[in-house]
Amino acid sequence: IGHPEIFPLVFTTKTQEIFNCRVDEDVTEENCFKLIKKEDIIQDLKTRAAISDFHPVRKVILEYPGEELLLVFDAKFQYGQNFYLVASEEAKENLLKPPETAEEKEEKEEENTEETLEIHPYKPPVHKPWVSLGSEKEVEEESVKENVTKIKYMLSRVRRKFGASITFTDKNASHVKDNYVECTSYQDKSFSIKMLEKDVGVQMVPKVREASTQTKWIYQKNTATQYFPRQSSNEEKEESLSSEKLKDFLTSVSLRVEIALQQNEIMNAFFDDWKALAEDESSSGGKPDVCLKAYQAFTDLCYLKDRTISCVCWHPTIYGIITVSARERLSYEKQVNLSGTSLLQQSVILFWSFFDPIHPQLMLECPEDIYCFQFSPSDPNIIAGGCINGQVVLWDISQHEEKLQNAKTVADGIQMTAVNMPSVTQVQQISTEPPLVRYCAISSIEYSHKKPVTDIHWLPDYSEEKQVGATFENRAEICVQLVTCSPDGSVLFWDTPASKLPEQPSSEKVRGKENFCMPPAVPDTFKHPDICWKPLIKINLCESNTNTEYGPIRICLRELHYHYKTSEKMRSLNTLEVLGRESPYGEMGTPSSKNLKVLENITTDFFVGTEDGEILYSDWKMEIDSDSVKPHAQKYTTHTETINTLQRSPFFKDIILSVGGRSFAIWKEGVTNGPILQSSCSAGRNTVGHWSLTRPGVFFIGRDDGNIDIWDLLKKTHEPSHFQNISESVITFISPWIASSKQHFLAVSDDLGVLHVLEICQTLSHPSRNEHANVLDYFEREAKYLKYCEQEYQEFQAKTELKWNGR
Amino acid sequence: AEVEETLKRIQAHKGVVGTIVINAEGIPIRTTLDNSTTVQYAGLLHQLTMKARNTVRDIDPQNDLTFLRIRSKKHEIMVAPDKEYLLIVIQNPCE
Repeated sequence: IGHPEIFPLVFTTKTQEIFNCRVDEDVTEENCFKLIKKEDIIQDLKTRAAISDFHPVRKVILEYPGEELLLVFDAKFQYGQNFYLVASEEAKENLLKPPETAEEKEEKEEENTEETLEIHPYKPPVHKPWVSLGSEKEVEEESVKENVTKIKYMLSRVRRKFGASITFTDKNASHVKDNYVECTSYQDKSFSIKMLEKDVGVQMVPKVREASTQTKWIYQKNTATQYFPRQSSNEEKEESLSSEKLKDFLTSVSLRVEIALQQNEIMNAFFDDWKALAEDESSSGGKPDVCLKAYQAFTDLCYLKDRTISCVCWHPTIYGIITVSARERLSYEKQVNLSGTSLLQQSVILFWSFFDPIHPQLMLECPEDIYCFQFSPSDPNIIAGGCINGQVVLWDISQHEEKLQNAKTVADGIQMTAVNMPSVTQVQQISTEPPLVRYCAISSIEYSHKKPVTDIHWLPDYSEEKQVGATFENRAEICVQLVTCSPDGSVLFWDTPASKLPEQPSSEKVRGKENFCMPPAVPDTFKHPDICWKPLIKINLCESNTNTEYGPIRICLRELHYHYKTSEKMRSLNTLEVLGRESPYGEMGTPSSKNLKVLENITTDFFVGTEDGEILYSDWKMEIDSDSVKPHAQKYTTHTETINTLQRSPFFKDIILSVGGRSFAIWKEGVTNGPILQSSCSAGRNTVGHWSLTRPGVFFIGRDDGNIDIWDLLKKTHEPSHFQNISESVITFISPWIASSKQHFLAVSDDLGVLHVLEICQTLSHPSRNEHANVLDYFEREAKYLKYCEQEYQEFQAKTELKWNGR
Repeated sequence: AEVEETLKRIQAHKGVVGTIVINAEGIPIRTTLDNSTTVQYAGLLHQLTMKARNTVRDIDPQNDLTFLRIRSKKHEIMVAPDKEYLLIVIQNPCE
């Protein structure tokens, strides 16, 4: 309340009575002061202690310095109670004698209600001027006053820029100077301590990797079962055979089976007519203009000048190598006499390669003109040739084999000269000279033919003839024997002299003991201690009745299929027993062993074409016990001129083509009446013929006007299906060859020394579907027809005889 | 004798390569071919005939196999089944 001297009190009625300050009796509103003696209060306090109304202000009373306390009746409850006590004298005085200030009203009030012991008048606090005690300074210091005038800024911006879309652009901080501050690192010297040792901890941990996949796990393992078929014993078989059930079964079943069999016989239900039609169309379709395409032509100016090619042979294994033998072009008279004339020019056999048409690859030196030659089927490096003077010559070109195989790489014409060049040919050492190979064996003159060797063949490698006359199995499987024939009436079998077997060591020195000196460094494949190379067996062909000798030009043996460098053991072959009249046995060191199997069942028949145009069909069988040896020969005089070709068909073993003079004929072995096909006399002369190697019904005939006639037996049998002019002069030799399945060649040589290589077109080289069967059919038909004709003739003859006899 | 005659007649047909008679178990009773071929044919064809017969009867239980012909490139194999025996004929339909 702000008056520290005023203490409000509550007076009960009892207290009021005691102190005579009963409300409204002693003390009223106007007279509110009552002075009470201090001693009275104290007495009251002592008597009533706690219940005294003065109890709360006891302390104040005890400390009161005066004698009488003022008690004021507070009618208006100014201080909260109905009485209040004034504690100080001054206040008492003030109250009792109220000041003349404006607080008179208040005082009056207080005076009225005052009823304390203190008579002290209430003095309201006097408004004094404030005395500064220094606090205002502190306050000033503490207070914050704005001593800086506030600067007012007004920022404005165009309204439309507010809320506009923001576009950001990039700016490279490094472009603008001072746009960024770099704190580059630098090497602080104080920290360069070189670490000399470093502790590193290493722990070995097994590398573990987990992976998983899902597979269809099939555990594969091999199982095997051994079994044998059940078979019923013989008794059971017998029993079942005779059982009734079987009979019934067969009777019921046989009908069905026979129907089915007959169905098949009647016609083939699965035959595709459409397909067959297409094939026939393609084969018998329009004639192509050129059936033989010119592929290459080979000629040589120095060696083949004025010479004619007598024989052409393809190299059996190396692609693209073809060999020609040349001989002097003799006039007709000289040819007839066929005497060995002296040579002005060296005769050679030339090797041509497809890849170099100008320079021959290899040359074989020949002692005389070579009439015919052949590659050995078992070793294509051995070549046997027959000379014009009757000798047989052998060459070995194994040293040059590699060169021939690499003939492609030497196509530019620069060829290496062979290391072993004999001295004879050193004059001709030009850089483009093909190497010359000398013959390594030559037969002795006295035992050879007296006339030119016109045909030479290697005997098949599965048979070998021995002196005893029986043919033995040739275990070595190399061709070692030759057969030659000549118009002097003899057929000679030769054995290659001590031919080198593959197992023997290669280099052996040539012995000096030889009558004719072999030039050094000639391959000694056929080294032999004996000088002369004699034939093994000699067969003289002469007619039994008249004792005239035949002059065989061509010989054709049975089973002359060659296996080039393949080994096939032929079993169950027949013996070839030899009919020999005079058989000068040469001492040949045949490399065959003693215990060879004597071969049975070799057919001993052979065909011989003579210079008079006769064809002899004979066989040689040496019947040791018979005295008179008769050649059972059959003679056919179909041709009028010299037979120049006698060849077996490569498809049918018993069909033979013979070409001579103005006609040709096809013979079937076993049909003795005559040829199954004979051509009519043609205008020109047929000079040579050859079967096609791929088509059974096709063969080629060469003529003297340079044409090649292609005969296709399935198309026409009365004239050639096609002819083509190859050269201007007489065709001397034809040799077809299958180089690959796509390339079929025909080598044609002519009288001018030119070798033409032609490519056989598709239609001529690929057989049609049933060509083999058709041609076989044709031949059989012809044979039957011939037989029929013969029968008819015989019947006719019998009839005429009867007629004559009847007369 | 009748049996022989019938079999001979069948064998004499054009193109017939061989004839085999096998019993219900597949054991050959009578054959014109060599043993190994016979056994092979018998085993294989017996199983095939059983299979064929089962097939036919599965489709129609009242049906039954009367004849089986297998045509290959080279031959035709004809099988005539019965309750207890099987006759196999191999023919070459020639053309």
